[in-house]
Amino acid sequence: MSNPPDVVTGDIEAAGPDSQSAPPAVPSTSEAGARRTTHDLWLSGTEAPVDTGRFTDEGSQEMLLVEDHQVLAEQMGTLVFDDYDRPAGEPSEETQIINMGPQHPATHGVLRLQIELDGETIRRVKPIIGYLHTGMEKTAETLTFMQGPTNVTRMDYLSPLHNELAFSLAVERLGGIDVPPRAAAIRILMTELGRVASHLLWSATAGLDIGALSMMIYGWRERELVLAFLEKTTGLRMNHNYIRPGGVAADLPDGWEEDVVGVTEGVLAGLADYEALLLGNPIFLERTKGVGVLTADECLAFGVTGPMLRSAGVAYDVRKAFPYSGIERYEFDVPTTENGDVYDRFIIRFAEIRQSLRIVEQAARAMPAGDYRTEDRKVTPPPRARIDQSMEALIHHFKIFTEGFRVPAGEVYQAVESARGELGMYMVSTGGAKPWRLHVRGPSFANVQALPAMLTDSLIADTIAALASADPVMGDVDR
Amino acid sequence: MTDRQTHDAAAPDPRLTVLAGRFPDAEFSDSFGQAVCRVPRETLVEFLTSSVAEGFGLFVDLCAVDYLHRDPRFEVVVNLVALDPPGRLRILVGVPGEDPAMPSITGVLHGANFYEREAFDLFGIDFVGHPDLTRILLPDDWVGHPLRKDAVVGSVPVQFKGANTAR
Repeated sequence: MSNPPDVVTGDIEAAGPDSQSAPPAVPSTSEAGARRTTHDLWLSGTEAPVDTGRFTDEGSQEMLLVEDHQVLAEQMGTLVFDDYDRPAGEPSEETQIINMGPQHPATHGVLRLQIELDGETIRRVKPIIGYLHTGMEKTAETLTFMQGPTNVTRMDYLSPLHNELAFSLAVERLGGIDVPPRAAAIRILMTELGRVASHLLWSATAGLDIGALSMMIYGWRERELVLAFLEKTTGLRMNHNYIRPGGVAADLPDGWEEDVVGVTEGVLAGLADYEALLLGNPIFLERTKGVGVLTADECLAFGVTGPMLRSAGVAYDVRKAFPYSGIERYEFDVPTTENGDVYDRFIIRFAEIRQSLRIVEQAARAMPAGDYRTEDRKVTPPPRARIDQSMEALIHHFKIFTEGFRVPAGEVYQAVESARGELGMYMVSTGGAKPWRLHVRGPSFANVQALPAMLTDSLIADTIAALASADPVMGDVDR
Repeated sequence: MTDRQTHDAAAPDPRLTVLAGRFPDAEFSDSFGQAVCRVPRETLVEFLTSSVAEGFGLFVDLCAVDYLHRDPRFEVVVNLVALDPPGRLRILVGVPGEDPAMPSITGVLHGANFYEREAFDLFGIDFVGHPDLTRILLPDDWVGHPLRKDAVVGSVPVQFKGANTAR
């Protein structure tokens, strides 16, 4: 454990209960205990509520009144703990600490950056996360393997199909479940379209952050084409719950070939527009070239993967290194650049959209016929009509929807290349119908961790550009 | 389905053979086609240093598992990737429940920083030598470690508006 942190600025005394009305046993021996207030005691459920005369009948107001003053001061930025990753440098008159987020529009969610500035230069950065933590890994332990994709799809909500794919592949590897070729090809088609949608949204928001406001409109416009197809196929625009253990939830809709061609043409036309709009623009170049640089060594040390790693010159792609769902049968390149700056990340992601569309075209051209999910009745529920005819079908249906299917005990790590990097699921089974433990290795978590290395010694104005180029999705970071 | 196939030595990857020769107390096995290695926590840092030197230089993941009734109770899982040629190595470290501590690996792999904080936050495992072992996902004043198996879902009361009765 580290030492108690130094308080740099501000002096807020902890607001404890009034001494005469405090309950006799207040557990305040540790430092954390000293910071607890009547509010906590009241919530803990072990003591009677303390009547300090400050409670009202309005629950929300109560929370405001008795909220820990120290916590509030920290969130307002008047109180700052000196617990950065790096040591402090020479103090100067220009030194100040600012808080960016958690409600800053450019943090793409609820990321908070505590930035120590020397004039306009960033000296130290501390990313503070957890504002979106909802305990999804704990939730996963209470859901069966068939229910699991509903949960994991909500983690990285900008490329949800990759979450479902990683989860399903992990379950299939544990359970020895074979997937029909058509299901594997549909998975590749859909996840690559998901990558295109995610990169399009990224170019829209990153363009907006840098000041290319019209990118916001164009990026969303083309993403809409992809989402319309995803909606037609899966029924939902996001959080699809489409890829499930054993295959996919539904076959491709009628006329999907023309839809895919339309999406591909629309996106490629849009992409040409973006490149014409951005890549020759002197303001854009000024804001992105040499900004937010991460070297290859830094990326490897911090566990940074995906477009960030490839922009630094390392051609690591899970699809090439550890292929899944038969992606090794498709022709595509892994684009890399050398500089590792924001500009290169634009180049990489634009190139990846093209490569993904190449895969989509090949998948559409050579889509195998056959089942879109395994016909193993232990995994896939029988069709509704069969239940009226067959006792066995009824039993299978009942077993799957009450207990779920069991997989053998063991542990497995399954990675896929999501739009942000290596998305891994570490799944432990003890032979039951639910995972004993599911850990999700979100690529954004590692990418956020590398922000201090990206931002130190750069200008405060470059923070937004560098942060945008990392493309963090806070649902993926906090889970 | 066979339960877990075990091989006495790491099969094809020569880098794993080198590691197995250098660390006789590391148990190599195969879990569903993936190379797994159980390392005692005392030699973990040394083992990781050698692994990085052998080419497993990309830190991917660190997480913990609570087996509750097994001995040792916790298992910390470190995932490494070698880039050329591609290879994966998963390192499992047993951590007893009565003494949930192990050496921090941030000295070897800087990227483990946030991951160790997460494992500390959710499992209460003390990573000795970590530069800033504080809670990362949960609030600083949270009591308990919710991903432990003895932390029950729904045990934290939810505050409803107007419901100021004691529970």
